Amino acid sequence: MGRIAETFEALRMTNSKALIVYLTAGDPSLSVTKDLVFALAQSGADILEIGVPFSDPTADGPVIQAAAQRALKAGTTLDGVLKMVADIRKVSPIPIVLFGYFNPILSFGVERFAGVAKDAGVDGVLVVDLPPEEAQELRTHTDAAGIDFISLVAPTTGKDRLKTLVGRATGFLYYISITGVTGTAAPKVEDIASDIEKIRKLTKMPIAVGFGISTPRQAGSIGALADGVVIGSAVVRLIDEHAQHTGLIRTVSDYVRNMKHALSQGV
Amino acid sequence: MKSLPDKHGHFDLFGGRYAAETLMPALLELEAAYAKARKDSAFAKAFDTYQRQYAGRPTPLYFAKRMTKALGGAKIYLKREDLNHTGSHKINNTLGQALLACRMGKKKVIAETGAGQHGVATATVAALFGMACKIFMGEEDIRRQAPNVFRMKILGAEVVPVKSGTATLKDAMNEAMRYWVSSVRDTFYIIGTTAGPHPYPMMVRDFQSVIGREIRKQIRKAEGRNPDALVACVGGGSNAMGTFYPFRSDKEVALIGVEAAGRGMETPWHSASITGGQIGVLHGNKTYLLQDEHGQVRDAYSIAAGLDYPGVGPEHAYFAARGRARYLTVTDDEAVDAFLFLSRHEGIIPALESSHAIAQVMKIAPTMKKNAILVVCLSGRGDKDAQTIIETM
Repeated sequence: MGRIAETFEALRMTNSKALIVYLTAGDPSLSVTKDLVFALAQSGADILEIGVPFSDPTADGPVIQAAAQRALKAGTTLDGVLKMVADIRKVSPIPIVLFGYFNPILSFGVERFAGVAKDAGVDGVLVVDLPPEEAQELRTHTDAAGIDFISLVAPTTGKDRLKTLVGRATGFLYYISITGVTGTAAPKVEDIASDIEKIRKLTKMPIAVGFGISTPRQAGSIGALADGVVIGSAVVRLIDEHAQHTGLIRTVSDYVRNMKHALSQGV
Repeated sequence: MKSLPDKHGHFDLFGGRYAAETLMPALLELEAAYAKARKDSAFAKAFDTYQRQYAGRPTPLYFAKRMTKALGGAKIYLKREDLNHTGSHKINNTLGQALLACRMGKKKVIAETGAGQHGVATATVAALFGMACKIFMGEEDIRRQAPNVFRMKILGAEVVPVKSGTATLKDAMNEAMRYWVSSVRDTFYIIGTTAGPHPYPMMVRDFQSVIGREIRKQIRKAEGRNPDALVACVGGGSNAMGTFYPFRSDKEVALIGVEAAGRGMETPWHSASITGGQIGVLHGNKTYLLQDEHGQVRDAYSIAAGLDYPGVGPEHAYFAARGRARYLTVTDDEAVDAFLFLSRHEGIIPALESSHAIAQVMKIAPTMKKNAILVVCLSGRGDKDAQTIIETM
């Protein structure tokens, strides 16, 4: 069993929900991202999603687009992100998912990526623009390396397609809570509830919900329906606002702690 | 050559459907709707009727006598796509996609545009069929293609300025895709070139292939045989693919695509994805892409806003890899010279995009025999570029 499955399993035993926190690697710098990972692992984050910046992030809203631009300006590369993960792994066992787009991985080389990512201690990958129809090129190598391939399920995904997606997913299923790009709308709890019910009928795999969750109330109510929630744009916005301040890490840690608290209350 | 793409939209190594899950159901729905329309004679008939009665097809194949004489080599024919309604070949595709949108019951359309030609052609069909229309356009392009922005607004479209990235075509397409993700349930995305995720490259190619089919008929009537070479400019590659595709199995016909070398291939300021790029994935398909060594997409540059794109249609990538077509480059300066040359020898002001194809003809025609035949796709007219040209004179 991989670290992701173990984490969900352990949370399930205590009837708790996973808090998955997204950070854009290299915003404002890779060393700050690393420090944030350590701090957030202590503040309630159960899984870290590390965004690999890309020049053309078509599934992301303005907040994460701007973060990717800042990270690229700061010289962030996939190579650098993998080295950072290796550094984190020397200290912390927190599960890490790389979140991004296919082109930087293709440019790095799919086989080489799988090897380096495994050695660095990457637990899963989520490649937004790699639907199952195109995923084999990468999965041939990441599956062999034991790296989970996290699949997205959207509100627009129909029943037949859902079956295919669920059948091929590993790690956990990532349910996109809004018909839109990251961080641009508030999810509707009723819609999520009925969709998750449909997914549950097909699989026992853990389900995490993300793309528009920013408040403790949303985390509580959506978390109650799923096995975990993902917070991204809200965290990235906070990092941007406090990037120049000495209190950056404490501010983000406090936010994450509040979200984890709300998640455990289930309200 | 075998019939491509395969059922997943692949042209051998290229093409495909690299899209976010939210869009996948819409792409599959579009693929199914198009497959059905493609076999429906009523759809073909409606498309043909609008092409003739509304867009003004067939467009003439014009023998450019003074140009031929001045260059002293091959006989040069111009396929006059500039004479279409709205002033370019773009209307061929927007009519096809708008008719499909109507069949699918979609009342809202969106599009990206660079030079504004596709934006105008989309705004036009939206007005024609009574659909709401939003056009995404980079702020830099809004500045340099102002006349087209006015036309879109007059036609009732909303022009959405895109500020991200370099504020040109690539960024407009990013923003259109983001908007589509949010509005996919009731909105049809009219992509303007043979790029994007499957089925767009195939569908746009099919709608544009009317260009090559007409050339075949017209040149046989005029000369009794196929041309020796076809020449067309390539940004995303829709006018070139429309010209080339019907001739793909005619081995005696050389296919020559012309990419924009901008300020020179030795500089980073160009848009020649096939000549100067590597295989990558952008905007839903795998193709040749201008990118850095870390897989970040590079900014493209050309004096012609419609060629200013870092990728290229996947079927062109396939033609290039297979050696079926050759892709050469023309600089800004050469394109401007060709713009003036055609204006002054034939009284036809070509679009700066099409001027790249004209410039290539000026290079090769003199080296060819006098009985050789060259057909060049004059994809659009150049009124929109008057300001840019005056600034260079």
